[in-house]
Amino acid sequence: MSAPAKDGTNNVERLEPSGLDRDSTGRGVARDEGGGHDLTSENPDKTYLDSNELIINMGPQHPATHGVLRVILKLDGERVLGAECVIGYLHRGVEKIAENRTYTMFNPYVDRMDYVAAVSNGLGYCEAVEKLLNVEATPRAKYIRVILTELNRIASHQLWLGTHALDIGAMTPLFYTFRDREEILKIFEKYCGARLTTHAFRIGGCQYETYAGFEKEVQKFLTFVAPKIDEYEALLTSNRIWMERTKNVGVISGADCIALGVTGPVLRASGVRWDVRKAQPYAAYAEFDFEIPIGTNGDTYDRYLVRMAEMRQSLRIIEQAVNRIPEGPIMAKVPKVIKPPVGEIYHSIESPKGELGYFIVSDGSTQPYRLRVRPPSFVNLQALDIMVRGLLVADVVAVIGTIDIVLGEVDR
Amino acid sequence: MAEDIKTPAPLPPPEGEKKPTADAATAPPVPTKAAAPAAPAKPAAPAKPSGPVPLPWPSPMVEKYRNQYGSALEGQSYLGQNYLSVKNELIPNILRLLRDAEQFDYCVDITAVHYPQREKQFDVVWILYSFARNERVRVTTQIADGASIPSSVSIWTTANWLEREVYDMFGIQFDGHPDLKRILLPDGWKGFPLRKDYGILQQDKEWVQINLGIESGQ
Repeated sequence: MSAPAKDGTNNVERLEPSGLDRDSTGRGVARDEGGGHDLTSENPDKTYLDSNELIINMGPQHPATHGVLRVILKLDGERVLGAECVIGYLHRGVEKIAENRTYTMFNPYVDRMDYVAAVSNGLGYCEAVEKLLNVEATPRAKYIRVILTELNRIASHQLWLGTHALDIGAMTPLFYTFRDREEILKIFEKYCGARLTTHAFRIGGCQYETYAGFEKEVQKFLTFVAPKIDEYEALLTSNRIWMERTKNVGVISGADCIALGVTGPVLRASGVRWDVRKAQPYAAYAEFDFEIPIGTNGDTYDRYLVRMAEMRQSLRIIEQAVNRIPEGPIMAKVPKVIKPPVGEIYHSIESPKGELGYFIVSDGSTQPYRLRVRPPSFVNLQALDIMVRGLLVADVVAVIGTIDIVLGEVDR
Repeated sequence: MAEDIKTPAPLPPPEGEKKPTADAATAPPVPTKAAAPAAPAKPAAPAKPSGPVPLPWPSPMVEKYRNQYGSALEGQSYLGQNYLSVKNELIPNILRLLRDAEQFDYCVDITAVHYPQREKQFDVVWILYSFARNERVRVTTQIADGASIPSSVSIWTTANWLEREVYDMFGIQFDGHPDLKRILLPDGWKGFPLRKDYGILQQDKEWVQINLGIESGQ
């Protein structure tokens, strides 16, 4: 357990781009422990046993890395001097596959990137191709998309909360969140037959019309889950162990987030009020009333609070959407063979992890000439190094959890 | 399935499987800059005026830089999305100006596109966003195979991994990058997979069978 930094802020050195160069940095960035041993080694008496740095591998088969992430930790005793991520263990060449598939054939592949938020992936992809085709989904399709995407955001945050709390040592939230996430997956299953890799949307609209009683079930879920979120918070928010393990751990400033391209709840917990849903609204988000929760300290605890508040905001959005789903067709008029005109387009959405973007180059054929996915997990993971410096090994687990990465999306 | 449609496949495609891009009946209008490399001798279809076309981007910012740099820079807009085409000599200056003077403080993505038939084979693309202006802009430049381009890590730290991925997938060198090495693929990997002349069967033979001793089923 690390003692909180006295001023609660980051060392200014971390703002320097060269701060990422882990060979030239070292002991200077360690946190002032107030009584612990001094890492600047100006006082050799306080350095225990051996002053040599220790390099250890964490992963790729470590349960707390949430997949096949390998982190090479440079340690001074129990204290982290730097972390290097080795990724790519789950690389499947999604972008190359896209070049060899038609636009429609590629649609299910995007579900396999961020597999805990497959609906978001599909939404981003379908909207990007629609933009390239210069068509727009029908109003009804847009509402269904918003409902399913926000349900998926809650499911993603619930899975995050359960596993993150488990990493830190609280086992109960895992059972609570998985129990409640099940209700969302049941809705997905009833809607499209799949629970995880849903392939819920099609280019131009939705895959299926909603089933009979869909609205009722979603409303029932809303009343079911709202008190459950309070329950999670009752377990954790003022839990002393939870606070000790998360407050002032993995602090990152808003300026650092922007320089590192970090988006999503991590950026917002550092005090930057920015969300693609508000900044550049897509689907039907402009029609709903919701807020963007932000944090102040940019630590693991604030990121937890931001995600909890986001779940409540998602409930608000779903409630508004489900009460006024417009009638009409679920598919816009799109050609049977998707053949976008020559051109390039970038479109991004707010996935549960951050800004998920698709950059598509069309050469006028039925297949993308180039399809680039801008994965939020990949970009956010880059911040791990500066977030863990000066922490203890046990805190690394907390920080990996708090960034909320999905390796399927990091490696693609 | 040996469905290597757009890349010049090391193996001929199976009998009877027609390459859709080479189908003369449905030949798409020959794009000015993006001819599919594998399509052999595409008949010069009459250019259909299909879909939207890039328009000039009227913007005081573009005006200002055009006055400064002349024709080395061009601002265009396609479907409401703006982009700057910039000569590669100007790249570090323009990127720095965009961040410092124009507040494009968030580098969303860096990527590349390969056009093997062009003299300058690669498009390098920076996707930028400005929180203050709530505006996106793309910066594209063309570079030749083997040429290098100044790294933008000193402008946006996020460029570190993004440039490594571009190097990993396309083999584009970024001068001044602190640690330019492969990021997603293993260190011993041969070739750069997102180049158009890299067939998907190649990776099966070059790496999967040698290192893992399995048939990948491709």
